[in-house]
Amino acid sequence: MSVNTTATLSPAKPAGNLKAQLRRAERMRKLKAIGLVAPLALFLIVVFVVPIGNMLWRSVDNTELESVMPLTAEGLRQWDGSGLPDNATMAAFGAELRDSRQGGGLGRIGRRLNYEDTRYRSLLMTTLRGLPAVEAVDDATDWAEILSDIDPAWGETETWLGIQRAAPAVTDRYLLASLDLERGSDNEFKRVAERDRLYVSVFQRTMVIAGGVTLICLALGFPLAYLLATLPARTSNLLMILVLLPFWTSLLVRTAAWIILLQSNGLINQSLIGTGLIESPLQLVFNRIGVFFAMVHILLPFMVLPLYSVMKGISPSYQRAAVSLGAHPFAAFWQVYVPQTVSGVAAGTILVFIMALGYYITPALVGGPADQMVSYYVAYYTNTTNNWGMAAALGSLLLVVTLLLYLVYHRLVNRKQLIRS
Amino acid sequence: MSNNSSESNTHPSPALITFEGVQKSYDGETLVVKDLNLTIRQGEFVTLLGPSGSGKTTCLMMLAGFEVPTSGDIFLREQRLNSVPPHKRNFGMVFQNYALFPHMTVEENIRYPLKTRKMPTAEADRKVARILDMIQLRDFAKRRPTQLSGGQQQRVALARSLVFEPQLVLMDEPLGALDKQLREQMQLEIKHLHERLGLTVVFVTHDQSEALTMSDRVAVFNDGVIQQIDTPSNLYEHPSNAFVAQFIGENNTLAGRIETVEGRQCRVSFGDGFRTGALIGPGLAVGDATRLSIRPERVKLNGASQALPNRLQARVKEFIYLGDHLRVRCELAGNDDFIARVPVDDFESSMQPGDVIELGWRDEDVRALDAS
Repeated sequence: MSVNTTATLSPAKPAGNLKAQLRRAERMRKLKAIGLVAPLALFLIVVFVVPIGNMLWRSVDNTELESVMPLTAEGLRQWDGSGLPDNATMAAFGAELRDSRQGGGLGRIGRRLNYEDTRYRSLLMTTLRGLPAVEAVDDATDWAEILSDIDPAWGETETWLGIQRAAPAVTDRYLLASLDLERGSDNEFKRVAERDRLYVSVFQRTMVIAGGVTLICLALGFPLAYLLATLPARTSNLLMILVLLPFWTSLLVRTAAWIILLQSNGLINQSLIGTGLIESPLQLVFNRIGVFFAMVHILLPFMVLPLYSVMKGISPSYQRAAVSLGAHPFAAFWQVYVPQTVSGVAAGTILVFIMALGYYITPALVGGPADQMVSYYVAYYTNTTNNWGMAAALGSLLLVVTLLLYLVYHRLVNRKQLIRS
Repeated sequence: MSNNSSESNTHPSPALITFEGVQKSYDGETLVVKDLNLTIRQGEFVTLLGPSGSGKTTCLMMLAGFEVPTSGDIFLREQRLNSVPPHKRNFGMVFQNYALFPHMTVEENIRYPLKTRKMPTAEADRKVARILDMIQLRDFAKRRPTQLSGGQQQRVALARSLVFEPQLVLMDEPLGALDKQLREQMQLEIKHLHERLGLTVVFVTHDQSEALTMSDRVAVFNDGVIQQIDTPSNLYEHPSNAFVAQFIGENNTLAGRIETVEGRQCRVSFGDGFRTGALIGPGLAVGDATRLSIRPERVKLNGASQALPNRLQARVKEFIYLGDHLRVRCELAGNDDFIARVPVDDFESSMQPGDVIELGWRDEDVRALDAS
């Protein structure tokens, strides 16, 4: 009897022990792993995730009026948009306008309302000066009359509608503006006036420049990577150093060097004139040509490296096999070698394209006014006009495009890896 | 060096490939292949066997057209091949790692040589279907090579090199990546395919048992020179020099000196006053230093050795049990690595390491070869 009991219990007991032992043994390992990753994770959260989240929020952030004039904003949100807001809302507006002088609130709402119409800032200033003293008003005061006396604009529905648009906590105006759209009087989307359209063509231009740079990099990088992958190790290592050489100098220095090389009396024009090939200097810089020169130069290694690593793994016996099966060497290259490089081509093109999309310094320095890419306008809005909403909206759209492209790339590369593994 | 007299009788078919004085150097200083003369007949299975760096793969690559001979000629029947580019030679080739195109399915891989030959689709369909049936991989036609096992990949590579009915099939260590059991199975499959289809095959390997299993003739390479080209049994039983004796199968060697020669027989003295009869190898005469070669399975122990003409005393060092047989390591005439191979049934279990025993062998089981 007792023998039987122990026999049935004994298999369960070590199993429990084993699990506990395993947990104990694994706990140390897990803690170590977490400890190793934690600093980087923290760093990424602080400098990457938080700022990007902040930027995404700022592209729809509409809390300027809300934070300075909470009661006015609340009252305008209730207002149906016909006639004039009720007296309580106007009273709150008057009181909060008076208080907004403290802490820079006036400047903030002035700047925000100016995006709706450029008259608002001066209107607010005039109104503030004309407000009656606090003691002179009570619940019975007719604010519509007081405000209209200060400026007849307050008697127009349009003026209050503009402020109402700034009342909700979120807005799509920046995102719409980044696509040259705005909301019409019936709240429907419509394209902005022809002379104000800009960003769609800027996005197009960004795509065209990034795409062109990518294609040129592929055309130049593919033969180079092939050569590197097929040469004996010593020669290819030497050439690889030359490929990586651009990484050793700063982006700014390299870009400035291109200006010196490409300018009208620069090295290239001088030599071309000197050899008698051209009569007058070619315009090579401060236009699209200069942008392509400089960007291709900087981004070429990012094309060559993934191509090289993929090509290095392709055994030369594939081409030999194709030739032994009767294919002309060119056909063997095209039908057997090139298809196996697809994952490298995908990696290189996506990498270069995504990096090129965000280029700022190089086009800003060697490009003309018609060669500026999205990043230039992001910088313009953050540095010059302090319009964080527009900067964030342009940045967010660029981020969305990049993520979509990355998704495509991920699909492509994953499928290829399935075949290769 | 090659034993040509017996071949002409066993292989009456016409010569397909002829190497004439072929040399190859990669660096302009050393010759990887030195003065190669070799004839491969229609329907023959010839194996180029040798250690790595012996020049066998270089020979195959010259035949395939991927390497150019530094001097000498290669002929296909009467046509000089040297200037024919590899894609026009119409040889099937199986590579060491199969080189199946990873971006194509099994079927597309096999169809590739037909596509390069612009064969009409209907005919190509028929040929691909037939060869897929032959390698029993019809159900795998739409798979990618990476989804197949090593043995299946091997069969696809074979099918791809055969589907266009080449006049010659070259195989560069095609079984090297397979495990032992599968390798032995594939050896037989390839051998049967060769017999059934009447293929001419040139096969490169460094595995001597593979070479013996599959080939009509084996060319043993060393140092860029064919040491001996012969049938498997002749290579094993009548190696023409010490390298071949050592490289093919297991072998005991004893250094000695030739005392008398009588026709093909000779007597050799070795060690401290030991003497044995032996068959004399090529190029040896009375007084020459020699290396005696004796296969372990021809050495008899104690009772079994009684009737044999050559009997010597040796000291047992160790026993190695291998299931079907036992290896007895002895010290004989200063060589303490002398192996006798005894079937387990014949083994006297009273024997202990340290015992002095009698070893014996027949004169014709010993070959007196060059001392180098």
